[in-house]
Amino acid sequence: MLTQAVAHEHHHGPPPGLMRWVLTTNHKDIGTLYLVFSLVMFLTGGCMALVIRAELFQPGLQLVQPEFFNQMTTMHGLIMVFGAVMPAFVGLANWMIPMMVGAPDMALPRMNNWSFWILPFAFAMMLATLFMEGGAPNFGWTFYAPLSTTYAPPSVTFFIFAVHMMGISSIMGAINIIATILNLRAPGMTMMKLPLFAWTWLITAFLLIAVMPVLAGVVTMMLMDIHFGTSFFNAAGGGDPVLFQHIFWFFGHPEVYIMILPAFGIISHIIPTFARKRLFGYPSMVYATASIAFLSFIVWAHHMFTVGMPLAGELFFMFSTMLIAVPTGVKVFNWVATMYRGSMTFETPMLFALAFVVLFTIGGFSGLMLAIAPVDFQYHDTYFVVAHFHYVLVPGAIFSIMAATYYWLPKWTGNYYNEYLGKWHFWLSFVGVNITFFPMHFIGLAGMPRRIPDYALQFADFNMVASIGAFLFGLSQLLFVYNIIQCVRGGYGADSRVWEGAEGLEWTLPSPAPYHSFTTPPDLREQGGEH
Amino acid sequence: MRLSTAAFLVAGVCISQGAAAEWQLNLAPGATEISRSIYDLHMLIFYICVAIGVVVFGIMLWSIVHHRKSKGAQAAHFHENTLVEIIWTLIPFAILIAMALPASKTLIEMYDKRDGEVTIQITGYQWKWRYQYLNEDIDFFSSLSTPRAQINNEEDKGEHYLLEVDNPLVIPTGTKVRFLLTANDVIHSWWVPALAVKKDAIPGFINEAWAEVSDPGTYRGQCAELCGKDHGFMPIVVEALPADQYQQWLADAKAAKAADAAAADQELSLEQLMSRGEAVYNSQCAACHQANGSGIPGAFPALAGSPLIVDNRAAHLDIVINGKPGTAMQAFGKQLNAVDLAAVITYERNAWGNDLGDSVQPREIKALQP
Ligand code: HEC
Ligand SMILES: [Cu+2]
Repeated sequence: MLTQAVAHEHHHGPPPGLMRWVLTTNHKDIGTLYLVFSLVMFLTGGCMALVIRAELFQPGLQLVQPEFFNQMTTMHGLIMVFGAVMPAFVGLANWMIPMMVGAPDMALPRMNNWSFWILPFAFAMMLATLFMEGGAPNFGWTFYAPLSTTYAPPSVTFFIFAVHMMGISSIMGAINIIATILNLRAPGMTMMKLPLFAWTWLITAFLLIAVMPVLAGVVTMMLMDIHFGTSFFNAAGGGDPVLFQHIFWFFGHPEVYIMILPAFGIISHIIPTFARKRLFGYPSMVYATASIAFLSFIVWAHHMFTVGMPLAGELFFMFSTMLIAVPTGVKVFNWVATMYRGSMTFETPMLFALAFVVLFTIGGFSGLMLAIAPVDFQYHDTYFVVAHFHYVLVPGAIFSIMAATYYWLPKWTGNYYNEYLGKWHFWLSFVGVNITFFPMHFIGLAGMPRRIPDYALQFADFNMVASIGAFLFGLSQLLFVYNIIQCVRGGYGADSRVWEGAEGLEWTLPSPAPYHSFTTPPDLREQGGEH
Repeated sequence: MRLSTAAFLVAGVCISQGAAAEWQLNLAPGATEISRSIYDLHMLIFYICVAIGVVVFGIMLWSIVHHRKSKGAQAAHFHENTLVEIIWTLIPFAILIAMALPASKTLIEMYDKRDGEVTIQITGYQWKWRYQYLNEDIDFFSSLSTPRAQINNEEDKGEHYLLEVDNPLVIPTGTKVRFLLTANDVIHSWWVPALAVKKDAIPGFINEAWAEVSDPGTYRGQCAELCGKDHGFMPIVVEALPADQYQQWLADAKAAKAADAAAADQELSLEQLMSRGEAVYNSQCAACHQANGSGIPGAFPALAGSPLIVDNRAAHLDIVINGKPGTAMQAFGKQLNAVDLAAVITYERNAWGNDLGDSVQPREIKALQP
């Protein structure tokens, strides 16, 4: 085992060549692999979104047929959720958590290697379904039975297997993060001194372990229905199609918090840095995150207000969903209070973070509107919902990932990225995102259902606007890719602190960070105060 | 940064003056009492959100403008304040209660399903709706009537493009109409915004909804749950008529049905069957098997040159009349009348080079129909 022998030497870099990446157990290498994978998936899923928006540019069928359109919406959703957003956060966790808690590496480095390398195979299989007879999965990323069982294309079996692999990968990643945070913290780093990115990820990891098996369960039930003659979801055999939705959303709702809690952590690092002021209300941030995670388990049926639940069920899920606004509000107020009477500058990471606060909050508002069950009967399955979840996922989760990339890139590479290009990237993305998704609120309220390849004439104008915005947003991501590549290749060197206001252990390491993070743990016991 | 959103909104509103119908921004109040209280609720929550947004984003903007390093701002040192934190936890809580009360009231009204005077069972099929009037001998299918040529951009699109059907649902105004919803294959969702009714139609389940429409008129909606390939092409049209006109419509519909039954005993020529069959095929079958009979590989079999059609007449009749359970091929024997079935089967046997030369007569079908 060459790598192992090498890993026991003291001062060295990584072994050269391709095998470095295949065999690596180093948290930074694996973090890089996750991030590059996520970027590739983001661009792939983005191209599918552009196919969708191009078809919807005008009423009538122009570019694709309905059956292919449905494959695009399905694959776009699956790839963005499982291939872009989740791996990006795992990649960031891999890179940053050992450095933030003062550890040399992740707690379980070999498992770390495996949990990454499962992913490319899972997604290769999923993308391969596009070329199979009957086409790729076409039943939406929520894959409601019986459309996804009795009426599914044959490729559904490959989809099920791919979901299983992603689930295993996520669970292993989550175990690793929990083990690292709980066991490898530097002496003196008590839980209430833990950086918020680590806190939010810790809670996210527990969510992952709780719900990924539920997802695995539901796809296994589908597999049984399709191939082994069971009738879990088949009404003709005594099964229950609504059961599918309950199980799916019991996974699905925590899943949406899995995609946003680490973002909260990132924003809670960036805003204090560029406001040059300590985060307001650290303990309440931690409690708010934990309450959101708890609530995420008791709100799932707000995705199902129209399935015909009894009145008591509707009321319960309406109230529990509305409650989420309280801890989420606390977070937003804390961020604003951190900015208040700070000394702010507006580098690219801060711009993305500020846009996050505003646009995520707009997504939160529409979420609150959707929580009101009687009104949800009008919003459900329309473009209003599409607008809502894209506001929380694109200028929410994805902006936070971009902010994090710009924020930590100098630490990773030792070079500053091009600030001028970074700002262009921000402004084009910001304008593009709003032109794309804001009009979707209007077309949803005007009555356009989601997941349709063609639409009535009164929706035409705003659809055209949204499509133009989507191409603007999509193309501006090329600036992001270019900026990252240039930064990796060289540039203006960064010192260890990188940003004037940056606080935390990761900034005590030199830039670029050494291959093994903290070979001797820093001792925090002498320092007073919290966090 | 919100400036650009605001500018965009203003631009949107300005243009909307020019083309009012095209730039609809908001929910419409609708045609029932429930839909109007939903609209009020929607506006209430919206204004509350706007108010909160103005305060929160206002403070944020103020900090961004005044507390910037370039203006020489020095960072303060506070980082917690228990009182403030308790206040901003409790105030949202109070606002939520203020929202929850009217919301619960409207929801409870919607769930009051008593005293329906007319009951209609609605069944979702891939990709059409079936309406059965309980206690009246009326039962028909309703599917998209927009011509394919408009969808394929070969013709100009009509005013109600994709929102028009061959047989609309007809209901009386001023009467509580109950809908019982179910589905034959996958889950659909029956949604008419003006009636504020959106309920899933689920195979094996019967859901209930109701509407009491105040104003006569035509109300349009769509299937709201992804149900496969032509999910975007199964609209709903509801015609609300005053009570006397509704009674007249009932009588006419029954008379038309009797006339159809009589037609089933006639002998039809191959030409008659072929021309009627082509129309039926294009409205009922082409969505899956395609207008040229080529099907979609892996999903829907080709009918042109199908061995089943060419070699086995009985099997051909059987699959069209009884469908094939567990697949998308429905039992059309329950959906179409004998004349239409005879015509479409004759058409399939003679179109696209199948050229079998035989015809199927309605009488033959009647004997096989369930
Ligand atoms: C919702 C989609 C759909 C519609 C609409 C539809 N079919 Fe089918 N049809 C199918 C499928 C799927 C099969 C294959 C069933 C199987 O697995 O054997 C099929 C099979 C058939 C076959 C047997 C073909 C063969 O070679 O095995 C015939 C004949 C047929 N359909 C006729 C019709 C006619 C006539 C209509 C219209 C009245 C119609 N279909 C409408 C989906 C559809
Ligand atoms: Cu449908």
